[in-house]
Amino acid sequence: MLKTATAGTLESGDIMIEIIPNNGSGIDIRLDSIVSHQFGKQIKNVITQVLREYGVDGVTVNATDKGALDCTIVARTTVAVCRAKDCDTNWQEANK
Amino acid sequence: MKERLRRTMMFVPGNNPSMMQDAHIYGPDSIMLDLEDSVTMAQKDAARFLVYNALKTIKYGKTETVVRINPLSTPYGAKDIEAVVRAGVQVIRMPKTETKEEVLEVEREIARVEKEIGVPVGKTLIMAAIEGALGVINAYQIATASPRMMGIALGAEDYCANLKTSRTKEGVELMLARQTIVVAARAAGIAALDTVFSDLNDMETFENEVRLIKNMGFDGKSIINPRQIEIVNKIFAPTEREILKAKDILAAIEEAKAKGSGVVSLNGKMVDKPVVIRAERTIQMALACGVITEDEIGGEI
Amino acid sequence: MPNKINDIEKIAKQLHMPVYKKDWNKNTRKRDYTPRKDLQTQSEKIVDLETAIKASGLKDGMTISFHHHFRNGDKIVNLVVAKLAEMGFKNLTLAASSLSEVHAPLIEYIKSGVITSIQTSGLRGDLADAISHGLMDKPVIFRSHGGRAAAIANDEIHIDVAFLGASSCDYLGNANGYSRSGTEKSICGSLGYAKVDAEYADKVIILTDNLVPYPNVPVAIAESEVDYIVLVDEVGETGKISSGALRQTKNPRDLLLAQIAAKVVVNSGYFYDGFSMQTGSGGASLAVTQFIREAMKENNIKARYALGGITGHMVQLHEEGLIEKLLDVQSFDIVASQSLKNNRFHQQINANVYANPFDNGSAINWLDVVLLSALEVDVNFNVNVLTGSNGIIRGAIGGHPDTSAGAALSVILCPLLRGRIPCVVDKVTTVITPGDTVDVIVTDYGVAVNPNRPDVAERLKRARINVVPISELKAIADGVIGKPDPLPFGEKIVGVVTSRDGAVLDVIHEIVEED
Repeated sequence: MLKTATAGTLESGDIMIEIIPNNGSGIDIRLDSIVSHQFGKQIKNVITQVLREYGVDGVTVNATDKGALDCTIVARTTVAVCRAKDCDTNWQEANK
Repeated sequence: MKERLRRTMMFVPGNNPSMMQDAHIYGPDSIMLDLEDSVTMAQKDAARFLVYNALKTIKYGKTETVVRINPLSTPYGAKDIEAVVRAGVQVIRMPKTETKEEVLEVEREIARVEKEIGVPVGKTLIMAAIEGALGVINAYQIATASPRMMGIALGAEDYCANLKTSRTKEGVELMLARQTIVVAARAAGIAALDTVFSDLNDMETFENEVRLIKNMGFDGKSIINPRQIEIVNKIFAPTEREILKAKDILAAIEEAKAKGSGVVSLNGKMVDKPVVIRAERTIQMALACGVITEDEIGGEI
Repeated sequence: MPNKINDIEKIAKQLHMPVYKKDWNKNTRKRDYTPRKDLQTQSEKIVDLETAIKASGLKDGMTISFHHHFRNGDKIVNLVVAKLAEMGFKNLTLAASSLSEVHAPLIEYIKSGVITSIQTSGLRGDLADAISHGLMDKPVIFRSHGGRAAAIANDEIHIDVAFLGASSCDYLGNANGYSRSGTEKSICGSLGYAKVDAEYADKVIILTDNLVPYPNVPVAIAESEVDYIVLVDEVGETGKISSGALRQTKNPRDLLLAQIAAKVVVNSGYFYDGFSMQTGSGGASLAVTQFIREAMKENNIKARYALGGITGHMVQLHEEGLIEKLLDVQSFDIVASQSLKNNRFHQQINANVYANPFDNGSAINWLDVVLLSALEVDVNFNVNVLTGSNGIIRGAIGGHPDTSAGAALSVILCPLLRGRIPCVVDKVTTVITPGDTVDVIVTDYGVAVNPNRPDVAERLKRARINVVPISELKAIADGVIGKPDPLPFGEKIVGVVTSRDGAVLDVIHEIVEED
């Protein structure tokens, strides 16, 4: 069962990911980013990919981005998911 | 790679993405991504993932990658090893090592993961931080516990607490630990690294400490800020005089070879093996530090 | 015997001059017996702002000008424009040497039609943001410091009324950016940009918060150029005009860039006894001065002069005897301002002497080395210092293209990445300084040398500096941050960037936000 979980900070170069179960289906990402014009789409794609890998659906994701690289976005989203699902990393998916 | 320059090992807190991206551009020989003391318990999982992804994605180039894991006695240690071995870290740094058994335990965990992901078992190196009295006593045992051991380091803060004393500028409280670590490392054929110096406003004392530990025989020092790198490199680089002397010695060897003589002499004095080895090492270090170039020495070393 | 009276009349007719009679010319200043201490306080030039504006003959559609020596502490622009709005003026062109965050109130006056055209070196803060989003009908004309000075001298910009703030001004109009009275509220040092306005404007109004006794010499702006003097509460806010102390950066990236840049200068072939240099005022630039100072001491090298943009660090080197002379068009901090006042060979120069593009004798042309920063650099070595990576205006051209073109060697310090924003790109968002005048780019990942300077590249390589092709730097940047989407530019042109010699170099389009 999914619970609300957060990972990441508001420091420069980081992204704060908050996952909130939203009862509906679908993934709703609300992004506030300092590079929203240049990388907004890319950031949302990366978050969505991680959620799909972990079979997560029916969540609202509040993402506050301060210029995080893709590897940081993957890391923060993965941790948020694991905290939300209260489970450990699935190395089969993570090891890509 | 076991043998390489390790003048500076830069400490980077594991839960700080921007520091992890940048650390290598300042030219430290190694960077140490920390999952232990600089990460709060609530964020151990977050830091682990950040470090995993950073190691997989960021091109650290010539900089050696090291991760300080949590002890296996904590709920985090085993997970740390799993993550960073999968990420391909070059060295795993064990904190607060006291016995060779601890090294063997870590070695077993690493080997398990290496087998599972299909990389050559033995690829990941280990270094141990000695941060207490028992660790100092067992230094040689720790240093020789595994063929993966590439170095032992001193962690002065915890060590002093263990000794029930505190740190001084002169470092008298660390003398035995430092000397033991250097001796044990040399006897085991691995690297000896000194502890961090955390006062960034006192560059003078820092410089004195670096000079001291270089003279004691350490291979390098842990550092916490890029501003410290230049000072360490400067002190560890051979001086003009040392380089000239080394060049003279090597030239004398070439001369002796050309003459077909087995005895090498310079300025009327005999040049014996330790002198030659030191000369060769000086030239190697000078090259590595960028103080001289290949064409300046010519010939083979 | 010659008849003098007849001859005087005859000669006068021949020379077309009148014959002298007491008080024949009503324009000649009449004799006055009042003790000068009292007489000067009766100066007719001293009026209130509204009177000055009325007397200046300012009309709708005319051009007004300001200097930016008070930087983000400036109070003059907002004060004057508010008064002009109150008096009902419309369609004015505001030709400031530059504008800062503090000038955000102009947004209202633009909306109400008081100001309909702007010429400036830069824009910042809310004003820049609003203009980037299409606030004005007419695009802003951006000029470099040298470009503006030349345009004013050539009457391409015709200033009808110049409103110039001064830290001290005597009753007759001799004005300075510092004061010897001890009664000044704030100082700004050199008035280099203002001097050009004072010389060419039809009418000059000095605004000061510090009226001092005549004569306020040595002088930046002479009384003969000044029409009116207005006493105001405060010309600027001291703390925001400039920093008080010498700023030392501790930022490791700035220090790294500075160290590499210093090594570049020392090995460039332009580091010799008697060389000349200029640096910017950002963190990395300040640090470069310190590293070069060490190299100068080690190698027993002195500089003939430093130009700027003078900082306290330059003053330190001057006072140590490492730099013979300082040429100052703008004093960046209080140390520099005090030095201008006290040091004999720290000279104030006007913007044309500084950087007029058509004059061989301009100070920039006699620079060996200039060290600058950049927001973006592209693979053709073009530099952008004006628009941010999000397309919003957020800086100033300043003397960037002037000094790059004038100096024998231009060195740009720029981190490869600023967070997820690449600073080495395919094409800069806006071209401010054309690539053919940019020689060396120093980043934290390597140094790129313009292919048209192979001699410099050779020297740097021999000094074991990590010289790499600029395409390689761009590839590294791309590899780290990924591929950015294009910026949402609209069709409307909100800014025109001119070259220093008065041609259109680039345009800035408005940013259209999606909801």
